[in-house]
Amino acid sequence: MQQRSNIRFMSRQEVLGYIMLAVILLAIIPLSLDVFRLNLIGKYLTYAFVALGLVLCWGYGGILSLGQGVFFGLGGYCMAMFLKLEASDPESTKIQSTPGIPDFMDWNQITELPWWWEPFRQLPFALSAIVLLPTLFAFIIGVAMFKRRVGGVYFAIITQAIAAIMTILIIGQQGYTGGVNGITDLRTLLGWDIRSDSAKVILYYVCSAALFICLLLSQFIRYKKLGRILVAMRDREDRVRFSGYDVANFKIFVFCLSAMFSAIGGAMFTLQVGFMSPSFVGIVPSIEMVIYCAVGGRLSLLGAVYGTLLVNWAKTIFSETFPELWLFAMGALFIAVVMAFPNGLASLFKRYIEPKLPAWYSGKTMVSKAPIIEKDSSMETAHANALGSEENIGSSKSLAKPETAVTVAPRTDEKLEGGVYVD
Amino acid sequence: MSTNRSDFVLAVEGLTVSFDGFKAVNDLSFYVDEGEIRVIIGPNGAGKTTVLDLICGRTQATSGSIKFRGEELTRMKEHQIVHHGVGRKFQNPSIYDDLSVFENLEISYPRGRSVFGSLMFKRDREVIEEVENIAEIIFLQNDLDKPAGLLSHGQKQWLEIGMLLIQKPDLLMLDEPVAGMSVAERKKTAELLNRITQGRSVIVIEHDMQFVEDIAHRVTVMHQGKVLSEGSMERVKNDPKVIEVYLGH
Repeated sequence: MQQRSNIRFMSRQEVLGYIMLAVILLAIIPLSLDVFRLNLIGKYLTYAFVALGLVLCWGYGGILSLGQGVFFGLGGYCMAMFLKLEASDPESTKIQSTPGIPDFMDWNQITELPWWWEPFRQLPFALSAIVLLPTLFAFIIGVAMFKRRVGGVYFAIITQAIAAIMTILIIGQQGYTGGVNGITDLRTLLGWDIRSDSAKVILYYVCSAALFICLLLSQFIRYKKLGRILVAMRDREDRVRFSGYDVANFKIFVFCLSAMFSAIGGAMFTLQVGFMSPSFVGIVPSIEMVIYCAVGGRLSLLGAVYGTLLVNWAKTIFSETFPELWLFAMGALFIAVVMAFPNGLASLFKRYIEPKLPAWYSGKTMVSKAPIIEKDSSMETAHANALGSEENIGSSKSLAKPETAVTVAPRTDEKLEGGVYVD
Repeated sequence: MSTNRSDFVLAVEGLTVSFDGFKAVNDLSFYVDEGEIRVIIGPNGAGKTTVLDLICGRTQATSGSIKFRGEELTRMKEHQIVHHGVGRKFQNPSIYDDLSVFENLEISYPRGRSVFGSLMFKRDREVIEEVENIAEIIFLQNDLDKPAGLLSHGQKQWLEIGMLLIQKPDLLMLDEPVAGMSVAERKKTAELLNRITQGRSVIVIEHDMQFVEDIAHRVTVMHQGKVLSEGSMERVKNDPKVIEVYLGH
């Protein structure tokens, strides 16, 4: 009975899944690709932050946001503003009519740096703004929507509208934001040239490390009661409310968290790609990010990373050969995922690949769980119980992740089936 | 009945709710005593479920007052009403299919209900013991690790009752707890209700007359948003008005 208190932070499969991802991201990819391709993967990984946020917000919490690009963009712009100010010192901008301000301001006949650009000269301010500004914005949206019980499709449409408004605003305020071109020609971070090959490799590692921190944070939330409340809320919002929880607060929290992840991704994007523009803020990129999450499996934290990498890799290959067909392919992919495997790659992995993996992968509990629960050996009981409780969360929300999944398919009806497979 | 008495657990007075002019509940008053099992019966559309919705804050009253232990509920939010000790079971079993029975009960355990609290919540011995204790009361002690979605219909109803019990409410409201249950399950549920009313009051909406007779201390018959008759089962059954609109059919 007290064994039940050992809900484990990660199951064996999850530990292996994280190790696997770490090996791929930190060793295999950097060792096998040239700097150009590595930088490209680094760029894809910045979208994985958004996809990860969507797993928590949409997959677990049931809140579909079609405006995550807004937060990605805000984070990216905060970073870009700092870098742009550093690149616009009076020395290198002396040919401008007003030296010392960003070039696009000069082109737009602005003669003085706007007051709200000023604090972005300080790196600590810029870094806090990257994390806090989008989170605050998400908080305001969250309070306005969730406290009034706006949810579901309405929420999705409103976030989409916000994404559209944001793009229009950025493009319209050309003198302050760089307009449709965005903020370009970023060079150094505290004097360190971010365009050099060595910087690209280092930034790739920084990005991967940040992604892992976000992954582990998400894993922690999943493992705490908060994670189970999110699932409960998605399934039976009223029941949660009438169990004494203020549902809106939980929605606001998870929405803010996903915004924060997106913003970190955006900042990493600016650093690695060297510019930020409204084309990463609007409706289309926001929906693309939802597709990454859906393809990976919206209930799987690790699946989000793989989904993002895969779709972007396909996008690069495809759009090199048939540029005009890519959007159609993307649409078809989304429809296919939703119709054929709603829980994404993760559920395919779970169902077809995992049962074929050797026994050490899943540990003893995989072979047959029921008898072990009855055994007295406390170690095994603990494991089985822990698995038992985790599984059920996972059964809908996350079980199915590549490399991580437990033995069960993502829905309860499929679950039995999954058990049959294994036994 | 005096309207000024304050020793009632629940005092509903002059309660009215109007949906676009239609008064689903119309100037309704009733009082529930400490430790009482009150059953509300009435034909479909009489406003029974709406009354529960009003008490638990799901629907806003147009006018009137609902006092629970002297505190006005009509202006509180749902979760605050729960914190004051009112628990509500829905008509269809409303449980979390994707979580295990244990987790269903654990979420309902009245601790760590804020965002931060739920992050810090620890599944300690106290929680586990309480969950197991409740599981035994609701006949699910052997199904704790089962996903709740796999339970039978009757078991789901029990689980939801258990999820309320673990909150230790002073007032428990059950909307058709035995709907869709087998005869054996109904009997067990009647026993269960009689056992769990120690120290708390219960309001039950039910259509099954046999079941009502088994559990009710007092019965309120509702018709068109108003109280048609009130009293012991015996009295209500023989009330000509009740026979005409409800029992006669």
